[in-house]
Amino acid sequence: MGQIELKQVTKSFGDTQVIPPLDLIIKDGEFTVFVGPSGCGKSTLLRLIAGLEDITTGHIEIDGKDATDVVPAKRGLAMVFQSYALYPHMSVRKNIAFPLRMAKLDKAEITKRVEGAASVLNLTDYLDRRPGQLSGGQRQRVAIGRAIVREPAAFLFDEPLSNLDAALRVGMRLEISELHKRLETTMVYVTHDQVEAMTMADKIVVLNAGVIEQVGTPLELYRSPRNTFVAGFIGSPKMNLITGPEAEKHNAHTIGVRPEHIDVVESGGQWQGTVGLAEHLGSDTFFHIHNTGLADMLTVRAIGDVSLRHGDAIHLNPRVDEIHRFDAQGLRIS
Amino acid sequence: MARNVTTQRKIITTSAAWTIGLIIFFPIYWTILTSFKTEAQAINDPPLFFAFNWTLENYAIVQERSDYMKFLWNSVVVAGGSTILGTLIAIPAAWSMAFVPSVRTKDILLWMLSTKMLPAVGVLYPISLVFVQFNLLDTRGGLVVVLMLINLPIIVWMLYSYFKEIPSEILEAARMDGATLKEEILYVLTPMAIPGIASTLLLNFILAWNEAFWTLNLTAANAAPLTAFIASYSSPEGLFFAKLSAASTMAIAPILILGWFSQKQLVRGLTFGAVK
Repeated sequence: MGQIELKQVTKSFGDTQVIPPLDLIIKDGEFTVFVGPSGCGKSTLLRLIAGLEDITTGHIEIDGKDATDVVPAKRGLAMVFQSYALYPHMSVRKNIAFPLRMAKLDKAEITKRVEGAASVLNLTDYLDRRPGQLSGGQRQRVAIGRAIVREPAAFLFDEPLSNLDAALRVGMRLEISELHKRLETTMVYVTHDQVEAMTMADKIVVLNAGVIEQVGTPLELYRSPRNTFVAGFIGSPKMNLITGPEAEKHNAHTIGVRPEHIDVVESGGQWQGTVGLAEHLGSDTFFHIHNTGLADMLTVRAIGDVSLRHGDAIHLNPRVDEIHRFDAQGLRIS
Repeated sequence: MARNVTTQRKIITTSAAWTIGLIIFFPIYWTILTSFKTEAQAINDPPLFFAFNWTLENYAIVQERSDYMKFLWNSVVVAGGSTILGTLIAIPAAWSMAFVPSVRTKDILLWMLSTKMLPAVGVLYPISLVFVQFNLLDTRGGLVVVLMLINLPIIVWMLYSYFKEIPSEILEAARMDGATLKEEILYVLTPMAIPGIASTLLLNFILAWNEAFWTLNLTAANAAPLTAFIASYSSPEGLFFAKLSAASTMAIAPILILGWFSQKQLVRGLTFGAVK
């Protein structure tokens, strides 16, 4: 069991309030991702749940019990840090065994669990090495191993993949997702990378300046962003946000169209412009389009390799049913 | 780009370094040399460098007149005891200043250091009175406490700077893994800081070994360490340079040997954190 509930939680550092009153329920077994730009308070929120920071006001409940004043060691949560935070003076075996040793488990049980975790994470051959002798990906696995042996109520991940190279990151992303499917334990995962959030989460919490902008499944956030912040943050490349006369045509202050919802046509499109930069990825091509009279720059995705070059004129048709409308406050008009 | 070092430059810097090294070493060398002379040769003018009759009689006389082993044992107990006691107090203190600093932590550190700026003689009376009151005069226990107190600021400062180098995430990981504060310090922080702790121990052992103000003023016969042993040879009956030198050589020999074997550790410890 691992339901985490935050009730009117606030956090201030001195006179600066970084988390205004916040309510959130993380259901048992859910993979929840906190995502937002750097400095949005997502790591602070995770550290509040972990107990590494004290909350200023409010309550945190874990499995229905008030954990506000419970020390980190007694919350039954395991954490994986961005820097892995392995114990450099201990072998991999001792690193993974450390939480079990602290829990005063007997030796046979510790050995059994450490070897179990090592085989799941492909670390069996490295058990007697020190962290300094491992690669980044292996260190990350040791950190995860140290977390899973405890069989915690929930896992907390603080940007665990940001120190890995791109290829390894994709691999570890899959491994963590698979781990979640197998263990069915609550996971709370912090990242600034919306691709990680979209691919891994059951539920995404979008944070901005300590405030929850929206909570929902990846597709809910993608299909109906509650405001312009979420609209701009979720989805890659970013949604095009257009204000002015074009938006007024749709009875809105701002309209948003995703790059994948604008079609490139031969001629006579609703919008025209000139091609600036073209990014050819093979499967897709992203065009940055200028001189449309709509916004400084529009981003458009074309499928496959479209042979338009810098300076070419381009004709575009937005898909009308995929246009998002927002009011002057940036809130969605449904 | 590497700097271009000419041979000439190398010769100049090398000889300058050797000259300074020899100037610093000369008094020790001269003390050791004098200890092998007779009293007459010791005050000979011009000074004798090699051409004299080497003799061990000073050592024999010194050993006969005073119980070297007793002084040595007192030095070991006092220096060792004050260092261990100081470290036990300083580790938790440095932990809290490095990892859970308050607004005033920097002030406390500076204030602690400022006590080292006070001339020791300034507190001679109060401390002597306390010693009389608690029957601590001429006891090893009393000396251990005083030497621990005077070296504590240095131990805390050194450990604080080593602990600052340890990423706090590792200690947080230990906390998440269920370690209590004691376990966190014992199993995670201390083993990681071993090089730093070792050089702190070593330096403080040397400082306590060489401390002469309190050891001379607060002891008489029972707890007197090697500093008192040396001082007893600069007597009012006259100057016995050869015997004084022999006593000094015997007093500094253990610490010199310890320092020689641990110089690598000491240098690493003292320059720790200078280069990351």
